Amino acid sequence: MIESPMITFPLLILFLPLISFIILIFFGKKLPRQGDWVAVGSIVTTFILAVYLFVQMLTNYDANFSHGASLSWIDMGAFKIDLGILVDNLTIVMLLIVTLVSSCTHIFSLEYMKGDVRYNRYYAYLGLFTFSMNGIVLADNLISMYMSWELVGVSSYLLIGHWFEKDSAANASKKAFLTNRVGDIGFFIGIMLLYSAVGAFTFAPIFDSISGGEAIAGMTLTLAGLGIFMGAVGKSSQFPLHIWLPDAMEGPTPVSALMHAATMVAAGVYMCVRLFPIFTADALTVIAYIGAITAILAALTAITQNDIKKVLAYSTVSQLGFMVLAVGTGVYTAAFFHLLTHAMFKANLFYCSGSVIHSMHHALHEAHDHDTDPQDMRNMGGFREKMPITYYSMLISTLAIAGVPLFSGFLSKDAILAGTLAFAQQNPGHFLLPLLGFSAAAITAFYMFRLIFMTFHGKPNMKNIFKDIHESPKEMTGPIVLLGALSFFIFYTLPSNFNPIKDKGWFKDLIVPRNSAVPGSLTANEIAEYAHHAHYLAMGLSLFVAAAGILLAVLMYQRQSISAEKLATKFGFLYHWSYNKFYFDENYNRYLYQPFLRLANSISWLDWEFYDKYFINGFGKLTKLFSKISGKFDYDGIDQGLVDGFGRVSAVSGNFLRNIQTGRLQNYLLFVVAGILVIIIAQAF
Amino acid sequence: MDSINSYLFISSMLFCLGLFGVITRRNAIAVLMGVELILNAANINFVAFSKFNGMNIDGHIFSLMVIVLAAAEAAVALAIIINIYNNMNTINIDDAAELKR
Repeated sequence: MIESPMITFPLLILFLPLISFIILIFFGKKLPRQGDWVAVGSIVTTFILAVYLFVQMLTNYDANFSHGASLSWIDMGAFKIDLGILVDNLTIVMLLIVTLVSSCTHIFSLEYMKGDVRYNRYYAYLGLFTFSMNGIVLADNLISMYMSWELVGVSSYLLIGHWFEKDSAANASKKAFLTNRVGDIGFFIGIMLLYSAVGAFTFAPIFDSISGGEAIAGMTLTLAGLGIFMGAVGKSSQFPLHIWLPDAMEGPTPVSALMHAATMVAAGVYMCVRLFPIFTADALTVIAYIGAITAILAALTAITQNDIKKVLAYSTVSQLGFMVLAVGTGVYTAAFFHLLTHAMFKANLFYCSGSVIHSMHHALHEAHDHDTDPQDMRNMGGFREKMPITYYSMLISTLAIAGVPLFSGFLSKDAILAGTLAFAQQNPGHFLLPLLGFSAAAITAFYMFRLIFMTFHGKPNMKNIFKDIHESPKEMTGPIVLLGALSFFIFYTLPSNFNPIKDKGWFKDLIVPRNSAVPGSLTANEIAEYAHHAHYLAMGLSLFVAAAGILLAVLMYQRQSISAEKLATKFGFLYHWSYNKFYFDENYNRYLYQPFLRLANSISWLDWEFYDKYFINGFGKLTKLFSKISGKFDYDGIDQGLVDGFGRVSAVSGNFLRNIQTGRLQNYLLFVVAGILVIIIAQAF
Repeated sequence: MDSINSYLFISSMLFCLGLFGVITRRNAIAVLMGVELILNAANINFVAFSKFNGMNIDGHIFSLMVIVLAAAEAAVALAIIINIYNNMNTINIDDAAELKR
């Protein structure tokens, strides 16, 4: 490989969005078109650089390629922090995803955000967001990863709360930030545990000393791994911290696409993939269960949501659950593969939903209707004829997420499910994992087709606005077509394979799973071997569940031969659980926030009424008294006695002594003679 | 009177007289005269030590030097006194107590 571009290009990819952020935040308003061309230009440049790196990687392929550069940031003897970047195959693929989705978001937003009040700030924050995500991707140590991690949190806060005049948006951004904080504390504890045992922040020495088995092992390592995983739980919105992601829909739709596909939520999975070698078997089991629970809970919730973006949000949570499940069962390259394919089709789904919402918005605006929710699927229906590009692109992505062969989602989801099945075959006690996984896959197929049927098929539900529904302009359809196309399997199996059910291709060849650093774990080869054995069974099962889910959706929402309402009343409490998102927010509110608020209130009462009034004010009074006494002592004792006394003594002795200073030289001479006489006499004795 | 003691006696008498004059006189000229007596007492000492204690010619040379210096000193001192008289119309050194004021 060429040496220098492998460092300079990633650095450019990292810092160009930051430069665009700085330019836009300070001068954005003064630039023509509010400077959107700066942001779009810089991000497209990073995309081109990423493509160059990717092509370089493909043409000069090396499975163990790894390149890094670092500089010393803090060096205090034993305590040393180096900041550096690490470029390997994983990094390059991830950079490609991030810059591609980010570029699409920038271009899509040109039309979607046109005329927004804070247009330049929106683009500035997008730059910051991309910069911080690239920082996570390129980090070669835990410290710079953590810093970028927090930056992602901040920029997501800024973007979710872009329309902060809306209370719901302001609250959603706050919720996202605070929920993430909970996870980040775990992440930080994990970093500190690792550092205190290993004494390094950089990945390579950490992996080395873990595989040495002496510095850190057993329970401590499990705890450190779980702590670090906590960070991923927060960022990738896993159960029980998944509550922020659906609320984050309050942000502009392109931001949702960016956040759900490539930047924010992908960060957690990417971090797990990057740090996979540190997780012990126990930690991985916990991770797998968290992933499985997340996948099934979110999928169940998505069934009953009516807001088009909420459905997509819960589907993201569910898919992230799949990825985490894959990490937990050891097939972490499958997790990364799913991250890649999911980034493409989920970004596309969000752009399509954005296109639909955009058009609904216009139509409602034309009809002077400001009360109808433009995101509610019950107000849509029959949009297929009006928005064909959006429809077909969204259909392709839906087929991908549902796991239908010929589409990308099938390959990656199949790999995950095969890994899960293999894991359960090896450890029969964990049969729940594949069960939950396959159920979630079936439900995914169901609710995604429900979304398609409710939005695009059937008869228009609001006839008065239907005539104003139209296809979106090409700034929006461009990314939609591009990403829709990228949902086909062929882009992931090139160049070696045209078989739609085999995932062999550049991805499989590029990203070679590494062995876990923890002594005694299964090697990557063993895991791959087991997964390979489970492959055909898993494929059959996943085809079956996808077909079942789609069939059910067709029956209920296309043919309407099964009434959704009747089913809802039949499964009364289940329906309500799902519709109310399993009451997570309510329960958190009741059992966490409210007691916490009461605690805070009582502490504040203590603080104001007791501490301030008696302790603090008491101090004031005491001080006043003391100062009075000390003032009196100072004035009467020190000033009058000591200080003035010195003065008086000097004056008296001066007055006495000035008598001998007659000014007559003859007197002085007399003193001299007398003195000499005294000396002479004294010497005589 | 060949002993050194008699020379030293004379010189110390002369010194005491000079000192007495310097301390007690009010007239600046008289003070100056006292100073001359002191210098001459020193001269006698030089010459006496030269004669009796083997100082060779050095003592004589030194006393000649002192005489020259005394002449120069008298000239300067008299000039000062004339200036004082011009300024204050007196040569009484008690009246010229500028340091005191």
